[in-house]
Amino acid sequence: MSRKFLSGNEAFAEGIRLAKPDVISAYPITPQTIVVERLSEMVEDGSLKSDFIHVESEHSALSCAIGASAAGARAFTATSSQGLLYMAECLYYASGGRFPIVMMNADRSTALPWNIYGDQRDSLSQLDSGWIQVYAENAQEALDLALMSWRIAEDKRVSTPVMVNLDGFVLTHTYETVEIPEQAQADKFLPPYVTDNRIDFANPKNLAFSAGPDTNYIFKYKAHTGMLAAKEVVAETETAFAEIFGRQYSGLLDSYRTEDAEIILVTLGSIAGLCREVTDRLRAHGIKAGVVRIRYMRPFPNEEIAAALKNAKAFGVLEKDISFGNEGTVFTNVNSALQKAGIHIPGYNFIGGLGGRNISAGEIGEIFAAIQSGANSVNFLGIDDAEKTGGDGNGKSNS
Amino acid sequence: MANPTAEKLSRDEYFYGHKACAGCGGSLAVRAALKVLGQNAVSVLPAGCMSAVGFNFPQLCFSNNSIISTFAGTASMLTGIEAGLRAKGYSDFTAVGFAGDGGTADIGIQALSGAIARNDNIIYICDDNEAYMNTGIQKSGLTPFGARTTTTPAGSNIHGNLRPKKNMFEIAAAHGIPYAATASVGYITDFIKKVEKASKIQGTKYIHVIAPCPTGWGIQPDETVEIAKEVVDCGLWYLAEYENGEFTLNHKPKDFSSVEAYLKKQGRFKHLDLDDIKTIIASRDKKWAYIEKNFAYR
Ligand SMILES: Cc1ncc(C[n+]2csc(CCOP(=O)(O)OP(=O)(O)O)c2C)c(N)n1
Ligand code: SF4
Ligand SMILES: [Mg+2]
Repeated sequence: MSRKFLSGNEAFAEGIRLAKPDVISAYPITPQTIVVERLSEMVEDGSLKSDFIHVESEHSALSCAIGASAAGARAFTATSSQGLLYMAECLYYASGGRFPIVMMNADRSTALPWNIYGDQRDSLSQLDSGWIQVYAENAQEALDLALMSWRIAEDKRVSTPVMVNLDGFVLTHTYETVEIPEQAQADKFLPPYVTDNRIDFANPKNLAFSAGPDTNYIFKYKAHTGMLAAKEVVAETETAFAEIFGRQYSGLLDSYRTEDAEIILVTLGSIAGLCREVTDRLRAHGIKAGVVRIRYMRPFPNEEIAAALKNAKAFGVLEKDISFGNEGTVFTNVNSALQKAGIHIPGYNFIGGLGGRNISAGEIGEIFAAIQSGANSVNFLGIDDAEKTGGDGNGKSNS
Repeated sequence: MANPTAEKLSRDEYFYGHKACAGCGGSLAVRAALKVLGQNAVSVLPAGCMSAVGFNFPQLCFSNNSIISTFAGTASMLTGIEAGLRAKGYSDFTAVGFAGDGGTADIGIQALSGAIARNDNIIYICDDNEAYMNTGIQKSGLTPFGARTTTTPAGSNIHGNLRPKKNMFEIAAAHGIPYAATASVGYITDFIKKVEKASKIQGTKYIHVIAPCPTGWGIQPDETVEIAKEVVDCGLWYLAEYENGEFTLNHKPKDFSSVEAYLKKQGRFKHLDLDDIKTIIASRDKKWAYIEKNFAYR
């Protein structure tokens, strides 16, 4: 093991080097570029024995990765924002074909207006694409996920691609000290990819075929259950990871001081650290606050969310996303989890960080205060006109 | 198979039991090419007629490894398969794509250009039936001037498609590709030879084969081969190769057969008037003047 001072992108690239993909096909886009640059350098200096393919678009990047996976190879790609949207057709293709590709997505705002900074509207818009979606909080977690995601994706019970999301700039470009495992340890943790879902010269196959109304739903059901199986596999993978590397992750979500919390803020990604800091300050003033950081948006931690929120008096969801005309998608998902568990507490949605707008500790404090006192159903940070933000404007609405 | 002819072709079938219309020129091209390339061909077919008729679970019609790609992704998936198989230690295989005219000249041209520029070791075969047939005969970038399609209807104001075919063969060649060729299922021996030749060349190979579609062209199923011959004989298509930076014409009709006769046999051209036919003949002559000047003849 060694320690290095790395950005999120660089840490992720180190994780990919340890995972030894056979084929890398990627197209540059800010703020993902550093990953593909570092990987190119690793291929050049011989420390990574991957075939790096300079594709001419993101659609081709993922189409190429699908082809490589169909050949039985381990395939990696990375993108962001416009690139993720551009390859959207291939996202569904990869998951429907059960090709366990790993992709890093640098979460970035989507045009229009053009903006290169971080928000999560790109990846959250693709929640239904059939990819496992995980959101890293810091560079160490990013590196560790670069390793763990392959093991989860390639597990025969799962056979589903994984999208690892890093907040653009805030995580991709921020430097931290990161522990880099030894290759021997990584090899022990992540064996080579072996699959039957591939081209086979002894027993030729027709792959990625059509299936009509009489059989199509069976394939869809199997993709769904494969994704659900990932819940168990995530837990097993994290246990195995802790045994080898000594770092234990917390499964589909990460709860902080929620056991006795009366007000809980649910969020995802790198903003969670600041939310925990504010929680500690509030606790010092006797306010029982807590934070839930969702790590996996798919498969969605329905039961875990219900368990974390069941004793709370109210909750909020802070997300860098808005589904125009409704609310943030994370909020919708969290509400559904609570409804299914029969938990009926007031909940409020806080839309922040769009286009990279900073979310301050002060604003998070205000969010907690609003959860406590009641707010609009949907609240845009920085805009306090209720009519413009939706909700009924009575200050107490709950959807 | 040093100098294969249709008669010497393998008896093995690799594309069999599919649902193509009777007389489908595309299915003939796929069938013949796979007989040349054999069991270790890995075929990639994008959305389009050939994948639509061949891959209906559980009726799967390829006996070599085959996969449907996205419509735009024939070449990029070929790249991935070639790289993936190589990474897994295989060398004795051919990654071959069969894409329609729309899948090649329109939506897939970017990926194709990328693959040629990288010189990926693949064969890309465009089976050109001159329209988006699978979606019901709409105009593509390879629909010829004057053709009636469902999106270029022929009426008294507009006589079908107003634009000429894109020149995909020379577009491929302009990349400096190791090998490109034109062909027609009407000259099947020539096509087979070109596939055979392509299989022995390292790098990207592009073969553009005219493959008539009775349904879309308005001809009888038993006229496919005849009309595919005639398009070459009347000079509206030509058999050529590009190799080592040079163009070669493989077949030079002594006298062109009648363009009008070729056109009038097909429902899609029935509406053309004398002026339209003159325009078509003039553009043929211009093309042949160019060929005479720039292509060697062997
Ligand atoms: C991205 C995308 N756009 C459109 C389609 C619809 N589509 C499927 S096949 C096809 C036409 C194919 O035409 P061509 O490539 O010429 O092949 P042909 O069917 O004529 O053999 C179209 C438009 C699709 N499948 N995917
Ligand atoms: S519509 Fe034309 S191209 Fe499609 S299967 Fe029928 S004959 Fe072949
Ligand atoms: Mg066509």
